[in-house]
Amino acid sequence: MIRRAAEITFQFDGDEFTAFDGETISAALLRSGQKNIRSAPTGAPRGMFCGMGVCQECVVEVDGKKTEACRTKVKAGLIVRKATYV
Amino acid sequence: MYDVIVIGAGPAGVNAAIEADNLGYSVLIIDEQGSAGGQVWRNKSSSIIDAPKTETSIKGNALRDALMSSNVSVKYEARVWHIEKCDTIWNIHVENDVLTSKNLIIATGAYERIIPIPGWTLPGVIGLAGATALFKEHMMVPGHKTVVAGSGPLLFYVANEIERLGGTVEAIVSLNSRFDWLKSLLIMITQPILLWQGFKWVTAFYKKTIWQSAPIKFEGADHIELVKIKKVDDDWTPIGKEQILEADSVCYGQGLIPAIEASRLAGAEHHYDETLGGWVPTIDDMGRTSIEGLFVCGDNAGILGALAAPIRGKNAAQAINKNGVVYDIGKFERFGKAMTALSIPRAGLLNLIDTDTDVCRCEGVTRKEIEHEIITGAQSPNAIKSGTRCGMGPCGGRFCADAQAMINEHVTGKTREDIGLPTARPPLRPMPMDQITEELNYDDLPIPGVSPL
Repeated sequence: MIRRAAEITFQFDGDEFTAFDGETISAALLRSGQKNIRSAPTGAPRGMFCGMGVCQECVVEVDGKKTEACRTKVKAGLIVRKATYV
Repeated sequence: MYDVIVIGAGPAGVNAAIEADNLGYSVLIIDEQGSAGGQVWRNKSSSIIDAPKTETSIKGNALRDALMSSNVSVKYEARVWHIEKCDTIWNIHVENDVLTSKNLIIATGAYERIIPIPGWTLPGVIGLAGATALFKEHMMVPGHKTVVAGSGPLLFYVANEIERLGGTVEAIVSLNSRFDWLKSLLIMITQPILLWQGFKWVTAFYKKTIWQSAPIKFEGADHIELVKIKKVDDDWTPIGKEQILEADSVCYGQGLIPAIEASRLAGAEHHYDETLGGWVPTIDDMGRTSIEGLFVCGDNAGILGALAAPIRGKNAAQAINKNGVVYDIGKFERFGKAMTALSIPRAGLLNLIDTDTDVCRCEGVTRKEIEHEIITGAQSPNAIKSGTRCGMGPCGGRFCADAQAMINEHVTGKTREDIGLPTARPPLRPMPMDQITEELNYDDLPIPGVSPL
């Protein structure tokens, strides 16, 4: 049996999502089926790719700063925005 | 000032740090994750309150406990972005801090080789090792219906974890043939527990495994929906009829590449050895590099895997002393090399890279553009980079360098050793300016006096 922390809510690109308290932004978005989380400079959709902070594909904006979604924990009420370029 | 700084808190780095501590040195270990374990023994997220024990959690916890009960200082969630040697002292730049040490042990591990094919940038296509991070840290699966594709032993581990955690594996698409695996069996016999585990995984997924095949195209609107595959010949060139698989997620990778950026920035000599995963630092049997006071251990010193890593770590700490003890990694080295051999790239892989595919994901540079640049005179990675921007993006060239070199090898006929590597430069990871500089107040800037002329 896997026991998880309480669910919290946060915003991504204006929509509300849930996360288990303590998980990363990329895990929470993927769990909700939100795979497309960034647009490449070419306009093509991108999502989490390497999962370990190397590729920079999952970069999002939190508090006006760019950060890797796979290395940033969700906090209740966090406002995450899509980064249009890295 | 520390006697020893260790960069990377995976099984190699932590064992190096503890061994150095036991030898009486003052030691600091730095890692970008929130706790020790590296990729292989990655710790669970705090969102997991309770879960069944696994080999990863048991070994990872033992490693973290051992580190905690040592005198080693730790610095987590910290990124080293530059390394300089000033006389005999190492300056390690961690965000806007500079830490110093007499000796430096680099244990930065590996990242994945992922061959660019049409659609490889679609959301939902993730690395095999990236998938293992999801399993270990979050105990979650990448989707509802997953295709697992590529080469080496990770395919079967990933498929097994997906089904253990409640997902569905649509198929395993393995570049390796059954015969490739049979060849590794003799060496696997030296690791009976792993052999048994591997046997269980392969038999569990035998019906779902499509041997000697590869994805040739990923398709979907804004995320992965279809995977087109073909059989490959012994050279891994795709042949025959296309087969279509449905999937909402793909775990994809062709083995591991040593993460040598830090040891290159530190100035060590490197050479190319495909049996170790590619470019590796040139070292003795204890991990001493060509630079005094610089040691390497773990997969960044050549892909030998998690079994060899702890011993390689201890050796790197012993290497600080001229008369240090050497621990034997013999059978672990043979095992690690046998697993790495399954992913040594074969010439046909290049035929999977369509001419219009973005080889450089960050900057959107296609195979055709790279080939054109090489044909018109750019033959070194530096020249290709300045001409096309291939490798200039935020991933630091980690996900295009290997494919770019394969293309170069094909066009020019040069060896990988002759092709070489681009110049090593900081930052080792993209860093926001305000994290690497003090807060800037323009009024504090000294204004030089008026020139006498």
